[in-house]
Amino acid sequence: MSLKEKLVSSFLAFELDADINSPVHDIRSKSIKEFEKIGFPDRKNEFWKYTPIKKVLSEELTVFKKKRHLIDFEKVKDFFVGGIESYKIILIDGTYDPLWSNTTHKGVDICILSSVLENDKYSNVISRYYNKLIDNNESFSLLNSSFSKEGAYIHIPKNLELDKPIEIIHINSGGESSLMLQPRNLIILEEGSKAQIIESHYSLQEKNTNLSNSKNNHIDPLTNTLTEIYVEENANLDYYKIQNDLDSTSIIDNTYIDQKKDSVASCHTFSFGGNIVRNNLNFYQNGKNINSILKGITILGSNQHTDHHTLVHHASPNCESYQEYKGIYNDKSTGVFNGKVVVDKIAQKINAFQQNNNLLMGDHSSVNTKPQLEIFADDVKCSHGCTIGQLDKSALYYLKTRGIPEKEAKGLLTYAFANNVLENVKMQVLKTKIKKIIANKIGVSLGFEL
Amino acid sequence: MLKIENLHVSVEGKEILKGVSLEVKKGEIHAIMGPNGSGKSTLSSVIAGNEDYEVTKGNIYFNNENIEDLSAEERAHKGIFMSFQYPVEIPGITVTNFIKTAINSNLKARGLKEMPANEMLKKIREKADLLEIDSRFLSRSLNEGFSGGEKKRNEIFQMAMLEPTLAILDETDSGLDIDALRIVASGVNKLKNKDNATVVITHYQRLLDHIIPDYVHVLQDGKIARSGDKDLALQLEEKGYDWI
Repeated sequence: MSLKEKLVSSFLAFELDADINSPVHDIRSKSIKEFEKIGFPDRKNEFWKYTPIKKVLSEELTVFKKKRHLIDFEKVKDFFVGGIESYKIILIDGTYDPLWSNTTHKGVDICILSSVLENDKYSNVISRYYNKLIDNNESFSLLNSSFSKEGAYIHIPKNLELDKPIEIIHINSGGESSLMLQPRNLIILEEGSKAQIIESHYSLQEKNTNLSNSKNNHIDPLTNTLTEIYVEENANLDYYKIQNDLDSTSIIDNTYIDQKKDSVASCHTFSFGGNIVRNNLNFYQNGKNINSILKGITILGSNQHTDHHTLVHHASPNCESYQEYKGIYNDKSTGVFNGKVVVDKIAQKINAFQQNNNLLMGDHSSVNTKPQLEIFADDVKCSHGCTIGQLDKSALYYLKTRGIPEKEAKGLLTYAFANNVLENVKMQVLKTKIKKIIANKIGVSLGFEL
Repeated sequence: MLKIENLHVSVEGKEILKGVSLEVKKGEIHAIMGPNGSGKSTLSSVIAGNEDYEVTKGNIYFNNENIEDLSAEERAHKGIFMSFQYPVEIPGITVTNFIKTAINSNLKARGLKEMPANEMLKKIREKADLLEIDSRFLSRSLNEGFSGGEKKRNEIFQMAMLEPTLAILDETDSGLDIDALRIVASGVNKLKNKDNATVVITHYQRLLDHIIPDYVHVLQDGKIARSGDKDLALQLEEKGYDWI
């Protein structure tokens, strides 16, 4: 049985567990039917041309978890940004972990999605916001809509500036092989509100017993996550994604962001690990004076692969979008950047900027980068640029003449290459954490305070 | 300190230096002058260790050690410094972080401990004052968007921090206005002592009004055509390079 057939037949059993009267039952049923029609994409599909997703779609994958795995607090703590107070939603193998989470319903909802989907009190919210932004031609979005029942629900009321950031932390316990997780987040920032959210993915090493006796049977986990975000009038959102996972785990992330007039939303994606990581980041601008900021740093090694597909849909005049992605590819790692900008006919006087710079450090590393502009308005400014290259030899020589050894000089230049993407990160502790990860990834101890 | 014997240097198969000999002793200031394309910058690059230049014949000794096989960073660790004619812009590294890394790399290579942060800070302030450098300038990205004068001043600041035994100043006066020239020259003079040496490479005489050389050499067509004292530079200014 193929994975597609297996998932479709799993759906009945899955729905038995869930409440048939739930408002999302219809959405799930429709989604699985659509998925059954279109199935998984292959590489003939332009959208998936450079990412061999089939490689991680093992027919052994399952949406059913065998048992609950417990993790030491010490290990979980390492995954916190640290140094600041924060709200936390922690999911271990897709299941909410109340012990270390820190949620609230006091004047603001920061909680788990399952409690909202099952509560009549929220039926208006669900019917208004849930599953409204997704692309119904996208297989993994449909799959997530069919099977998801857990994730974060965040609802910031009008004019509230959230007092501390929110961390959404996904942890693979490593205790279970062949699990296909389907986390789902719904985030609403009402008019004039403000929030900072950090979403991260981590895995613990597979347990030794697993490694020794069933290495051959071990199927690497796959996380298929989906996030819908509404940024209403004059609201302000900073979203940070940290993908710093084991070489063996794969992530497919679909994020849909809808912005209303005068709002500002930024999304930073830090891709430092995983086997195959695919990010589909979609921004829809619906109103004047919207600003959308998409930034990313990708640092990969070994055979890792990361694919950034971005979409900014300019549907209103006088808006801006700014995209800056940098990639550093070591060993045999590979990457994709596909930046699509659509400018509707009415979206006059917009300014869309897009930049993708890549360093190929490994002899066998490669990157495919492609700007894709579809412009129907005639009075707009759209610019794009991309580079693929090696470290600047004259800069390397300059550093060496000052007594900095070649290895450190290369590290310093690589660090400098990535560094300016971090200038919009307002949270200082997060900035420091990311800088440390970068220094560590590049393999140099930088001789100065980070 | 520096002894160059019959040096022949090629770049991409083309011979640029055709037998240069030069000796610089500690405490001395040498000026190397010459028209464009005479090989001045090649000479400084080959002393600093630029691997694009190939020594086909001859030797370079630094403190009696043949340095031909040493990399640029190893030469720096021995105490050789070159001020670049065109300093490279490096966005993303601040002047301060760059100089800290450089100083500690040199200390480490010499088997010494890293400089404590407070001592480093004190030294940075002291040397920045010497070159009339604003402290805001130090937290900017290295050379990025610097004016010509700021770049050159930053080179001499690095020299002041690293305290080399041999400093080669490659066309340090180009791109400097008269005030910047005065500040840079006075910085170089203050850093001068009886144990170090300076080689000033320049096209024009004007820098030598401020940094008075003990010896002046004229490089022409890859060879030293004439050597003399500071009066040679004045004569050149008056009569031009054709006079040689």
